[in-house]
Amino acid sequence: MIIKGKAWNFGDDVNTDFILPGRYLELTDPKKLAAHAMEGIDPIFAKEVKKGDVVIGGRNFGLGSSREHAPIALKHSGVDAIVAESFARIFYRNSFNVGLAAVECPGVGRKVKTGDKVEVDLIEGVINVNGEIQLEIRPLPEFMLTLLNEGGLVPYICSHLKDW
Amino acid sequence: MGSTISEKILAEHAGLNKVEPGQIVKAKIDLAMSPELTAVLTYKTMGEMGFSKVWDPKKVIFVIDHIAPSTNIQNTTLHQQCRSIARTEGFETFYDINAGVCHQILPEKGHVYPGMLLVGADSHTCTHGAFGAFATGIGSTDMGAVLGTGKLWFKVPETIKVEINGNLPKRVSPKDVILRIAKEIGADGATYMALEFTGKAIDNMSIAGRMTLCNMAIEMGAKTGIVEPDKATLSYLKDRVKENFGVVKSDPDAVYTRVVKLDVSDLVPQVASPHAVDNVTPVTEVVGIHVDQVFIGSCTNGRLEDLQVAAAILKGKRINPSTRLQITPASLETYTAALREGFIETFMEAGGVVCNPSCGACFGGNNGILAPGEVGLATSNRNFKGRQGSPESEVYLCSPATAAASAIKGVITDPREA
Repeated sequence: MIIKGKAWNFGDDVNTDFILPGRYLELTDPKKLAAHAMEGIDPIFAKEVKKGDVVIGGRNFGLGSSREHAPIALKHSGVDAIVAESFARIFYRNSFNVGLAAVECPGVGRKVKTGDKVEVDLIEGVINVNGEIQLEIRPLPEFMLTLLNEGGLVPYICSHLKDW
Repeated sequence: MGSTISEKILAEHAGLNKVEPGQIVKAKIDLAMSPELTAVLTYKTMGEMGFSKVWDPKKVIFVIDHIAPSTNIQNTTLHQQCRSIARTEGFETFYDINAGVCHQILPEKGHVYPGMLLVGADSHTCTHGAFGAFATGIGSTDMGAVLGTGKLWFKVPETIKVEINGNLPKRVSPKDVILRIAKEIGADGATYMALEFTGKAIDNMSIAGRMTLCNMAIEMGAKTGIVEPDKATLSYLKDRVKENFGVVKSDPDAVYTRVVKLDVSDLVPQVASPHAVDNVTPVTEVVGIHVDQVFIGSCTNGRLEDLQVAAAILKGKRINPSTRLQITPASLETYTAALREGFIETFMEAGGVVCNPSCGACFGGNNGILAPGEVGLATSNRNFKGRQGSPESEVYLCSPATAAASAIKGVITDPREA
């Protein structure tokens, strides 16, 4: 699984109100949610983000609410992976459940800038930055990798109901 | 080695004798709650997973509380969908716009008991740990799986023991305690862990206060906050809970990943400044900052005890003309009790606006949105940038006493001087 795109770095403590402000929680259509992705911190992101782009964060990415609207908005905005130094628990689970990769990488918040070209290899566990530097990502637990491969928890449950 | 209360509850619900932190278990859920903003998503997800009915209509509760009453057509439609699902599925319990904030009404109406495993599609579900339940917030896809199967996978959390001793000084409250703890542990210091609150100060703390502590466990990244049940717990639950339950406690030789100790005897009122919940200082360092709006309410501090503290300070006073005061009792039961006690009249005479029980103001949904450049002071749980309105507004978090004292002066005020 290789994800190639432009990096968008939002720093430490990117909370769920940044990712999808509370006033949009009444929306349920993923496309409408995507139009407001990251609006709480960057009003131009949703307009400029392209398929395959990668969101970068520092510590505690996704802290706050349990709103799954947040990873849904990011995923449908085109983002294929979030790479951060650490994640808040509910956001982390929600991301995999909707089929969006959330991977931990020590130091990534300082080493990758917005605009860098990044290539995230989930199987090899590395990120290439501008074809110049390589950063190691923490290997994903097997269950999380399976969830991603199958497209999230919905298809996973459909095909594994017997063992659930 | 012994087990913590959290490990015991997860083990029991997974059908295991013992579990270890880090272990992944599949556990049976006793109660699944969704507020309206996530309820429809969770139900839709359940359908996509191939289920046509919820696993047990007695164990699923929807609550319309986040924006209640509705403020626009989109919202009313969402409310309609919730009601329709509840009716079609035959949910035994459904709470409509008149009930109040989910985390207040679940215990009030007897749905929460010690030793249970409760999940909610709302991050502040950890509040219910105050009753010795293992309660945690989940997203809507996880909730979809729960609705369909009654089960969910959990990583057994490590536990931080938070030992709180001493007697709280006058006008210093459980909110000040938890803000001080948030400063100590940090906004990600308990990620994936359980916070177990213990100590003499907890033994002497009211149920409302314990709920305030557990409510904010998520603000440190924790999976839950939990308090061992005791006499006070059982007496609160006595006339409310119909379910038979046992009392689960931690073993004396349970293993904790960290112990945080705090003596509250000298604690002063605390304030979390913008834009992080762990950006906490004594109130004395922020006194004098002008506030445009003061909000007293939420699942953190909208209970009768909180309103009582605020009313005692506001009795016979007027709020400063440069500020507005908004009070939202957390539930219908709280509201009617506050009416009986005369607190509501006190708030109105002081110049406050009393809103119906709901979550709106806390998360910038409705009922008191901050404009660019405005400063809010709130008894709720999050002060993220833009949380209560414009991204160019600021939110300070405090106790009900600090909020009430500040409303009178129009600036952040030390409640010990009010």
